[in-house]
Amino acid sequence: MPLLEIRNLRVEFDTAKGPFRALDGVDYTVDAGEVLAIVGESGSGKSVAMLAVMGLLPDSATITADKMEFEGRDLRTLSPKAHRKVIGKEISMIFQEPIASLNPCFTVGFQLGETLKTHMGLKGKQVRERVIELLTAVGIPDPEGRISAFPHQMSGGQCQRVMIAMAIACSPKLLIADEPTTALDVTIQKQILDLLVKLQQESGMGLIMITHDMGVVAETADRVIVQYKGRKMEEADVLSLFESPQNPYTKALLSALPENATGDRLPTVGDFAEAGGF
Amino acid sequence: MSDVILKVCDVYRTYDLKGGMFKKASTLTAVKGVSFDVERGSTLAVVGESGCGKSTLARMLTMIDAQSSGSIEIDGLPIDISTTGISKEMRQKVQIVFQNPYGSLNPRQKIGHVLEEPLLLNTDMPAAERRDLALEMLDKVGLQPEHYGRYPHMFSGGQRQRIAIARAIMMKPKLLVLDEPVSALDLSVQAQILNLLADLQDEMGLTYVFISHDLSVVRYIADKVMVMYFGEVVEYGTRDEVFSNPQHDYTKTLFAATPRADIESIRKRLAAKAA
Amino acid sequence: MTNTSPAAKADTAKLEAESRNATKAQLAEFWYYFAQNKGAVVGLAVFVLLVLMAVFAPLIAPHNPDIQYRDSFLVPPVWEEGGKAAFLLGTDAVGRDILSRLIFGARFSLFIGVVVVTIALTGGIVLGLIAGYVRGAVDTFIMRVMDIILAFPSLLLALVLVAILGPGLINAMIAIALVLQPHFVRLTRAAVLSERSRDYVVAARVAGAGHLRLMFKTILPNCLAPLIVQATLSFSNAILDAAALGFLGMGAQPPTPEWGTMLAEAREFILRAWWVVTFPGLAILITVLAINLVGDGLRDALDPKLKRS
Repeated sequence: MPLLEIRNLRVEFDTAKGPFRALDGVDYTVDAGEVLAIVGESGSGKSVAMLAVMGLLPDSATITADKMEFEGRDLRTLSPKAHRKVIGKEISMIFQEPIASLNPCFTVGFQLGETLKTHMGLKGKQVRERVIELLTAVGIPDPEGRISAFPHQMSGGQCQRVMIAMAIACSPKLLIADEPTTALDVTIQKQILDLLVKLQQESGMGLIMITHDMGVVAETADRVIVQYKGRKMEEADVLSLFESPQNPYTKALLSALPENATGDRLPTVGDFAEAGGF
Repeated sequence: MSDVILKVCDVYRTYDLKGGMFKKASTLTAVKGVSFDVERGSTLAVVGESGCGKSTLARMLTMIDAQSSGSIEIDGLPIDISTTGISKEMRQKVQIVFQNPYGSLNPRQKIGHVLEEPLLLNTDMPAAERRDLALEMLDKVGLQPEHYGRYPHMFSGGQRQRIAIARAIMMKPKLLVLDEPVSALDLSVQAQILNLLADLQDEMGLTYVFISHDLSVVRYIADKVMVMYFGEVVEYGTRDEVFSNPQHDYTKTLFAATPRADIESIRKRLAAKAA
Repeated sequence: MTNTSPAAKADTAKLEAESRNATKAQLAEFWYYFAQNKGAVVGLAVFVLLVLMAVFAPLIAPHNPDIQYRDSFLVPPVWEEGGKAAFLLGTDAVGRDILSRLIFGARFSLFIGVVVVTIALTGGIVLGLIAGYVRGAVDTFIMRVMDIILAFPSLLLALVLVAILGPGLINAMIAIALVLQPHFVRLTRAAVLSERSRDYVVAARVAGAGHLRLMFKTILPNCLAPLIVQATLSFSNAILDAAALGFLGMGAQPPTPEWGTMLAEAREFILRAWWVVTFPGLAILITVLAINLVGDGLRDALDPKLKRS
């Protein structure tokens, strides 16, 4: 049974200029232990789908789907209490801006402890021990000292590590990473991606990596879904996607990569649009 | 003897941080002894991560900040805004394009006025002539005349960056400093902007100082590459030299860390995973 | 280049039309967000009614507000026992029709609001711009003066100023404007501080903009949102303060039909003739409530962080 199964997901937002369809009938399937990359440009709706699963979309969004199941359980019919038990514990998410994702008023240790107390029911000394364990697991130097640090005292890379620690604190079955390294420097990006892949392999959890960077896709993914303006363009395993892309949009994206440039001019998506009809 | 348009010699930029009740006063050196030359019509790429001083360098080249010491010469004209002011002649030589397309345009100003402002402030052109020039420039960067009366938020990121580039070239500068101009843009839009920049360089004989942290972009557009780390130049050479044979450890780390989107590395990774 | 050909003229017409469309689209988007707050729309409707009432007062009011009807002192409202149809809301102690006085009083309240807010806005914007842009000793000096003004209870300060300048509506307005100014200075300064390091300001500087241009043409238009909201709230504050000063006898002097002054004259009749006190009080309440609702709606519509899409 797949870990996450979504069929025909549609998301519409109410805006000043009328309803805006962010997602138009997209399917997602993730199995335990696999890394799925959802790649697309801005406006492709790649984040919207996962925010819909987590229930993090604003009230102005209308979500419809034929199927939205986690481990066979329908996410839409869960009571709010049951929903809270799943989201944050069995499915967790990390976001793009690491320093902004942490509460600036509370120490790192407090925020990590909050997750543990709420979901795992740990108390007192157990909490502190587990926090140190988690901080070590994500590679933060001097974890005992860092417990009393505030987010603004840490670098972006360290904050993202703390976010990852919070996300894996409850040993989730599925981790969703929404552009986790976009705001970070290249060298830090490599460390964070390596960390995510290592944690994923050690625990066997599913990992959904949302990104716009084909390099990140190449370095982490098993399977890839390419999205454009709310529609799925292509879904393939990572090697096939890069070797022999089927969809014209995928071909356009790959040839727009500067490393694949052959002449003086970079081919643009517009060059492929007429042929692809998208 | 090639034509050097930008000559930077041993430039330093230090900031004095005031001490407080709990801290001693200290100095922060953002740029340490940077020297380089750029030839007319070529592109120098400045590569580095956050905190390496590349943005500070950009601000000094475009006369936003003054250098603490050292000399900068653009087209034979020495630049030192701490002693002299900024003359119209100096302003006409160098312009800047910023990274963030969503912050570099005044949200309350219509695009036509954005483009006309440099002309209004630095020349005596009559209004009709300014407007004609602005429309011409809109066309040159691939926008339509009807965009003239619209507000910035009505445009996409790529279009805004085009407007920012159009504004920068209104005064027909010799040198254009671009501070991560495509970093905030989607891949397909990035390609369009890079093509536009290449076209403008050919047409107007522009020289670019292109700041970026994206090595694939740098490899595509640069003639010469300069790598900065903690305010110092750690690598400086032609693009082929630097990419094929990096000398400094930091450059090597940077290259190793850049995610590669090619098939060979995917194969290797999948094989290692299966093992 | 100087002779405009017909083709260029047609272009100009098209450009101008496009430009107007862009402005219209901005206003339409603003109205969409404003109208989502039903209270704000109601408040706006009430305020518009008030403005119309003030403008057409001579046509709407059944009587002249200053005429004293010697045979009709303290007549109750028409629905009470002893009320007269000629005086719908009754008369005051010297026989003047309360309804007409309220209608004409709207003029004064609106006049007070507009004048006070204009003075406070202008002074506040200029001082706030200078403080936020120049920084350093100038900033410190201006903000300390503002802190001192803020430390005084506003009504007390207004009273002191009126005592020095003498009672009267104009002096009351100046006093209230002075007391409201620090809010605008603070707001403007905060907005300027956050905008001055943005890329577009640096870009304007690189293009050659001088200090005055940067302050007033580049930065200021982007600071207007919180100022507009504060202006609406100060409008209602001004009306309340003027009414309070009038109530204390330091604002508009009798026989001016200003609502606060009407309250002052009616102090002794609170138990005997409740209508002389209640209706001016209600008028103040409704006006201030309407303006505050509008201010709330404006804040929601203008605050970029609340934008939903």
